[in-house]
Amino acid sequence: MKKIALLLILAIAFVGCNDDDDSPSNVVMSIVLSQNWDGTNVTAADFGTTEFTNQNGDVLTISKLRYLISKVTLYNSFGDAIELPGYNLVDLSDDNTLSFTKNAVFPPGTYTRITFVYGFNEEDNIDDAYTDLNVAEWAWPDMLGGGYHFMQQEGFYKDTNGAPQPFAYHNGTARVSPGVFEQNFISVDLDGLSINSNSTIDIKMNIAEWYKNPNTWDLNVLNGGLMMNYDAQKKMNQNGQNVFSVDVVTN
Amino acid sequence: MKLNLITLAFLSITLFSCSNDDSGPDYSPTEVGLEVPEIFDLLLPAPLIPANNPQTVEGIALGRKLFYEPLLSGDGTQACADCHFAENAFTDPDRFSTGIDGSIGNRNAMPVFNVAWNFNEKFFWDGRALSIEDQAFGPVVNPIEMNNTWPNAVASLQATENYPDLFLEAFGTSTIDSVLVTNALAQFERTLISGNSRFDKHLLGEILLTDSELNGFNIFMDENKGDCFHCHGSDANPLWTDNVFHNNGLDSSFEDLGLGEVTNDPLDHGKFKSPSLRNLAYSAPYMHDGRFATLDDVINHYSEGLVSSSTIDPLMKTVADGGVNLSTEDKADLKAFLLSLSEPEFTTNPDFQNPN
Repeated sequence: MKKIALLLILAIAFVGCNDDDDSPSNVVMSIVLSQNWDGTNVTAADFGTTEFTNQNGDVLTISKLRYLISKVTLYNSFGDAIELPGYNLVDLSDDNTLSFTKNAVFPPGTYTRITFVYGFNEEDNIDDAYTDLNVAEWAWPDMLGGGYHFMQQEGFYKDTNGAPQPFAYHNGTARVSPGVFEQNFISVDLDGLSINSNSTIDIKMNIAEWYKNPNTWDLNVLNGGLMMNYDAQKKMNQNGQNVFSVDVVTN
Repeated sequence: MKLNLITLAFLSITLFSCSNDDSGPDYSPTEVGLEVPEIFDLLLPAPLIPANNPQTVEGIALGRKLFYEPLLSGDGTQACADCHFAENAFTDPDRFSTGIDGSIGNRNAMPVFNVAWNFNEKFFWDGRALSIEDQAFGPVVNPIEMNNTWPNAVASLQATENYPDLFLEAFGTSTIDSVLVTNALAQFERTLISGNSRFDKHLLGEILLTDSELNGFNIFMDENKGDCFHCHGSDANPLWTDNVFHNNGLDSSFEDLGLGEVTNDPLDHGKFKSPSLRNLAYSAPYMHDGRFATLDDVINHYSEGLVSSSTIDPLMKTVADGGVNLSTEDKADLKAFLLSLSEPEFTTNPDFQNPN
């Protein structure tokens, strides 16, 4: 499969050519990110107020949700793989982060597949390399393998007495033992698309999945200190395999 | 024709000369960048300098003079520097600062450094100011601080012999106004940069920390021990603050609503901006209300003193146990590490002292 780098200036040149002949049109696409709890939309307006119930029956509220995606790549029917540069730290409390790219111009074709990395892969998860992430307190401690967080999900759950207790569901590289680490990012591959006209791609995260499948997550047991907990980190990875889906809206 | 040209040239020279005589000093400010510490250069985005208030040698010098200028206060007795002492990392060693009328506030003066790297651009403990320039407007007219009016402050400066010329040199006009005053103050405040502590030198490979300091750093970064890094920086974030607002478990109810007073959102009640952990050796007392006189008090708070409330941050995850319950040795090591973030030269930098 041929992999090409897309330069915006080149794409604009394609658009210019289109006006002069009958060649196929470029495809203009935007990518947004949305979150839901088993289908019910979740936004920052829900923080601290809306109660969700996880698979285990724990009632919880969310006060923070941030996660990172990288290497967003679109594939078309000609076999082209077009990787969008950069990464996106999604922060539900900042609307500006809920859009990865706006009106990016892609070469003509039918786009059938989108892939991305939840977090950073090993090659990109470089200690201290991204200054914007450094000031966002996104670094993952060196003692746990370094690099960056993949997700921070925080809030309160009701314990068995109904009292609110804090939780911090933070995900990143898994520490097997001191000095031994295991990659923990997720390669997301979503196909079955058919995009050949200007569209918005909505990458959807079902937050409930983080607590559901295959590991039913008991917040009474796993609520904090999870960064150093190898088993918890790997369970997060397993549960994260089916967190993402995609919707396409034709503009 | 030849005569006309000579006449024109002569007239031009005459006019130019007259212009110089009327306006005093020329307006040719020298733009200057900030002196960015090496560790910032490696790890942080470029500092924020607003396009409409570039740093200039003249603007910074004027801002420094104004920072130490008591004419800004209602009775001409109090300057910014009277609550933001250089030797205290530009905070006040008094728990609450005293205004010109003897009024006492309810918050400890915030230390002032590295403000150009506050990318959230929310200033004060409660985030009510949205730029450094905006922040500088407040204290002059605050009735419990300098208790002046801006027209009066500006008139006082305008009536002096030297300020009109200094404003002309910095901003191209000798007519002073509040915007220019705050622009100059902001330019000076952006130069108050601290990024050369023992820990910075350690990160740069220039010195070795003690075992106690190194263990303290590990406690700081350990989610099961100090877990300080989620709000207070790390070896990746040398600001040692997230510049975000948190309820860190000080009280079960709130007399001071903090951020909530600004946003009118009950979910923000009792939240205050995380201060930087740099220069703690000089910036006691601690917390927004200066309730803790010593660094030991602060560490004890996070170790055993957390109190739950409606808006407590989930990162205070051990609140049910009162805190993270550090051992005596771990507390001592954590304190040693925290003090390695202090920079004596910052408090004595001659460029930051009173020029008046």
